[in-house]
Amino acid sequence: MAMVNTRKTYARPIAWGIVLVGAVLMLAPFFFTFVLATQPRDRIYQIPPPMWFGSNLLKNIHTLTDMIPYWHNLGMSFYVAVMTTVLALFFCSMAGYAFAMYEFRFKKALFTVVLGSMLLPPFLGLIPTFMLMNFIGWLDQPRALYLPAAAAAFGIFLMRQYISSAVPKELMEAARIDGCGEFRIYWSVVLPLIGPALGTLGLITFISSWNSFLQPLVIMHSPESFTVPVALRSMQSPTNTDWGAVMAGSAIAVLPLLILFALFSRRLIAGLTAGAVKG
Amino acid sequence: MESVLSPAASVQTRPRKKRIQAWKWAPYLFISPFLIIFCVFGIFPLLFSATLSFAQWDPAAGFGAIKWIHFDNYKFVLTDSWFWKSLGNTVYIAIASGLPQHLVAIPFAAFLSTVIRGRNAVLGAYFVPFITSSVAIALIFSSLFSKDFGAINAILMSLHNLPGIGIIFPDHKIDWLLDTSLVKPTVSFVVFWRYVGWNTVLYLAAMQTIPEDLYEAATLDGAGTFRKFWHITLPMIRPMMFFAVSLTLINNLQLFEEPFILLGDNGGIGQAGMTTAMYMYRTAFYFSDFGTACAISWVMFIVIAVLSYGNHKLFALAGGKEE
Repeated sequence: MAMVNTRKTYARPIAWGIVLVGAVLMLAPFFFTFVLATQPRDRIYQIPPPMWFGSNLLKNIHTLTDMIPYWHNLGMSFYVAVMTTVLALFFCSMAGYAFAMYEFRFKKALFTVVLGSMLLPPFLGLIPTFMLMNFIGWLDQPRALYLPAAAAAFGIFLMRQYISSAVPKELMEAARIDGCGEFRIYWSVVLPLIGPALGTLGLITFISSWNSFLQPLVIMHSPESFTVPVALRSMQSPTNTDWGAVMAGSAIAVLPLLILFALFSRRLIAGLTAGAVKG
Repeated sequence: MESVLSPAASVQTRPRKKRIQAWKWAPYLFISPFLIIFCVFGIFPLLFSATLSFAQWDPAAGFGAIKWIHFDNYKFVLTDSWFWKSLGNTVYIAIASGLPQHLVAIPFAAFLSTVIRGRNAVLGAYFVPFITSSVAIALIFSSLFSKDFGAINAILMSLHNLPGIGIIFPDHKIDWLLDTSLVKPTVSFVVFWRYVGWNTVLYLAAMQTIPEDLYEAATLDGAGTFRKFWHITLPMIRPMMFFAVSLTLINNLQLFEEPFILLGDNGGIGQAGMTTAMYMYRTAFYFSDFGTACAISWVMFIVIAVLSYGNHKLFALAGGKEE
């Protein structure tokens, strides 16, 4: 943009300096996660603490898997995140398609309900959700985590926006003349056209499910069914935390997200801000 | 579903227009999975929570054991010193982490909007904290902030030993997580660290929609960088400021994970960092007082709603003055 000022040439290097120092501060905690994950226990407690990688990573992972069923937890996190993502993509694209392409009674009221549900603080539903799951015997069940998370209002909003701009209504009419049923139009005509939006929503859903803490904390009670964040938290002890093992676990938990971000940062950022800019 | 629209026999008899009509019930069926889940796992728990906030109940004793106590839970919450303390902590952390987020993100986004090369890399570095697990991150910070072996104290110590500028750094190790006066600033810093990149991205997105010719006209009129920022950029991003501040408000008032991991489940020494969300969690799952916990969550809902409304009024007022 045209805010570059040619008179004060010293201002830009200073600004760049501040921004780059900030960037280092932003990334430093990740760096230290990986540093501590590779250090033996006694080295972590030495002064000054280690500032570079050691060679104890495998041993720390061993300690980690001895202390908690970490591979189980990782599997649980993956299972819940994948199920949430698949169901959310299916449900949200169907509902978004209906809101974008059909005229029907109560459409406006129903869409208001969808948007309104985004305003409710998740905090409000925590206790009653726990009680409901307790009552229907779903405590410790992964479905208690992925089913509620699959009805994501934000996803419906995102899908509706994308479908109404990317899919022409004439296409549906053409499909109907060719004898397509309504579900068939959604499945074989619309879905293939909205790949980019599905990708974005899938990323956002997977990441938020992977990071989710409060819901699994109250719903998952046995160590085998913990998701990774809850499992990591269970290793924390007020007096005697094994930081090498905890950091190894944290590093493994953070790594898939860093990889996803490295691959898709642009799409992810665009998707997250889509609602903000248009709405 | 398909058979309803394409019965081969009726094709001949129906007029052409009729065939391209959508099946009437299709949109409702498409929305129904969302609606069913939303009613069962969204609306129903909320109604249940609202009901329960007027009762005393031990879930283990069955539904017969529900005892109606009218507004007693609310009376208890509103006269409970722990609740007020937790609300004070929450508001403190919300402001101490929220205000700097925006004060840093806006000029930073303005700077990035003038950058062409390397912008995405810089933005990425600031944005990564937002997408990573807050629990993993809080665990890392609780190691970094530890008094005796934490990297932060070690770095501050070595900076203190530098000649010249060393005196501006502390000469002793700081107990970030156990000194009651430092607990809230430390938690606020971690929350700030997590969200500053997200706000920058929001503001940058808003700044990219500002028409270029506004800046060109201002340059021709002799306006400097700061005047352009103050008179063009800031007014133009006001809607985004409202959106971003609202999000910060709503998220920060529900803050749980960072203090829970950094300070422990009781919020640290003297509950100096216990937020209302943590207090609600403890009331329900440590003290098994679900009725009171539900009342806390509804009081917090009202606090969030009132502050959001105040925020809306504030931005409307600021807008009126400028135009």
